[in-house]
Amino acid sequence: MTTHSTHVHHLSKEAGRIYVWQVPVRLTHWVNFFTIIVLSLTGYYIANPYVQVSAREAYGPYFMGHVRFVHFMAAYIFVASLLLRTYWAFWGGNQWASWRALVPFFTPEGRGIAKEAFQYYMFIQREPPTVLGHNALAGFTYGIIVFYYFIQVFTGFALLGMADPGGLWWNLTSWVFPLISSQYIRLLHHIVMWLLCAFAIHHVYSAFLVDAEEANGLMSSIFSGWKFRVDPHKIEEHKERSAKAKATKTEPLKEK
Amino acid sequence: MPFETGNLKEALAQRGVSRRDFLKFCSAMAVTLALPPQFAPRVAQALEKAPRLPVVWLEYQDCAGNTEGLLRASKPTVAELVLDVLSLNYHETIMAAAGHQAEAALQETVTKQKGKYIAVVEGSIPTKDGGVYCTIGGRTALDLVQEIGGNAAAIIAVGTCAAYGGLPMASPNPTGAGGVGTVVKGVPILNLPGCPMNVQNLTATIVHYLTFETWPATDQFGRPLFAYGSRIHDDCERRAHFDAGQFVEEWGDEGHRKGWCLYKMGCKGPETFHNCPIVRYNEGTSWPVGAGHGCAGCSEPSFWDTMTPFYRRLPKIDLLGVEATAEQLGVGIVATVTGAFATHGVISAIRSKIQPIDRHEADLEEHLP
Ligand code: SF4
Repeated sequence: MTTHSTHVHHLSKEAGRIYVWQVPVRLTHWVNFFTIIVLSLTGYYIANPYVQVSAREAYGPYFMGHVRFVHFMAAYIFVASLLLRTYWAFWGGNQWASWRALVPFFTPEGRGIAKEAFQYYMFIQREPPTVLGHNALAGFTYGIIVFYYFIQVFTGFALLGMADPGGLWWNLTSWVFPLISSQYIRLLHHIVMWLLCAFAIHHVYSAFLVDAEEANGLMSSIFSGWKFRVDPHKIEEHKERSAKAKATKTEPLKEK
Repeated sequence: MPFETGNLKEALAQRGVSRRDFLKFCSAMAVTLALPPQFAPRVAQALEKAPRLPVVWLEYQDCAGNTEGLLRASKPTVAELVLDVLSLNYHETIMAAAGHQAEAALQETVTKQKGKYIAVVEGSIPTKDGGVYCTIGGRTALDLVQEIGGNAAAIIAVGTCAAYGGLPMASPNPTGAGGVGTVVKGVPILNLPGCPMNVQNLTATIVHYLTFETWPATDQFGRPLFAYGSRIHDDCERRAHFDAGQFVEEWGDEGHRKGWCLYKMGCKGPETFHNCPIVRYNEGTSWPVGAGHGCAGCSEPSFWDTMTPFYRRLPKIDLLGVEATAEQLGVGIVATVTGAFATHGVISAIRSKIQPIDRHEADLEEHLP
């Protein structure tokens, strides 16, 4: 049922506590989080400069210039993060960091989990599938997100390259313009930003939902790396109960 | 044509153009071609010695705007003389000859100077229904351009219509129009798009050929790099206002009167490659952005369809007949997703109240020692 139930050696001494998200996974997650926020806000301004900068002459203010600079810097940091994550997905990372999570439908197991997850979300089945990494459906949405990232990076550098024909980015990307007009490349860059915003809402909501329902420490795991095989509160309750049970078993003996 | 020999020196003297004006012209040409100033004398020498280069000017589906551009000069300039003296054999719109006489002149060039003349094409070529939508002297434009263009040393497609199809090609393109490059193969084609193209660039292209005996380097759309090598936005005189964040918000507002950036008024300078800000039109007096109107993106291959609406930054998105902007679409998607998940959240909360998950007990038994 679970994808990783055989990897018992990952279990820590504390029952059910497992180190799932390695440092590069969490680091790139948070770098992406911050850079995407910065890129979206600055990008929105660049598309629609709603801040009125007023001065008699243009030599003083440089607002758009600075916003664009921040946008480009954030973009380079974002790309560095993606490169690190790509390396980790193919060579460096553990099983939960692998690129395989993004294409779950190729294995029967993945398809099974995806079906369960879908039924859970659609209120057909009560319980979500128990997995340690991403559930197959989540993995698939991350696959789409990686595709969005790729579109954003490509279209972004294509648009940047237009300012410097013959430069690096121009040479790497300008082949696209005879196929798709630069206006549509720009449109795509804008629309995908909105799609990423929509994804962020879905992502945070689903994480909260699964965390609340499964109590597997999903929300804190992206900070700490650790997830719970079972709800820690339940472990405490279980311990207490078994302690009580022992006590009730022995106490009557004493009374007698 | 009075100067059959192509002797420019003589022609200039006869028309009263001073040597000083001629050298000024040569310097300007060197600069337009992005050559170092040392090349000006070489340009002058080459032009003086250049053999006569026959040019035929063909017009198909167009508004004659490029011809207008050619004639726009208020006094005979050196550039005009160079074009005139060194070349024009046949120009459908402005030649004195008409009818059979004119066609004979054209045929003579095509047969006698085969492979040696330059065909300048203005206007798009309709291809639908056998090309019947544009005919001259009983022959279709398609047929004519394939014969005349196909036998030329090179074709210079002037204006966006000839280069890429332009306005006649705009959706739904009723005549099946396209640029010269789509119907003539095997001949070097230089595209000088623009609505109209800048005569300075046409002259410079020919001067380049006369000076170096090669055609100037071009980009992926066949446009000479000297004229289409950088974006309008990167050479624009209003660029400082763009970087400052000072934008015209409305026609005639304070920013507009002060000459601020036209980005928010739909200026297509950021997506258009052309040397308008440097060369300008009408003998260098002005150009669209200089005159206070945003760039329309007329020299891009996808003009007209992708550059409209002219007063917005981006094309509209057609959602099953309803037009939307990228922003409307994006906000719509985000709102829908938020609504969907909010609903899902409420239902999930109710579900977990009435039917809590009990699997954890079983898991505990399995995983605890
Ligand atoms: S007016 Fe147009 S081309 Fe000029 S800086 Fe503004 S957006 Fe760019």
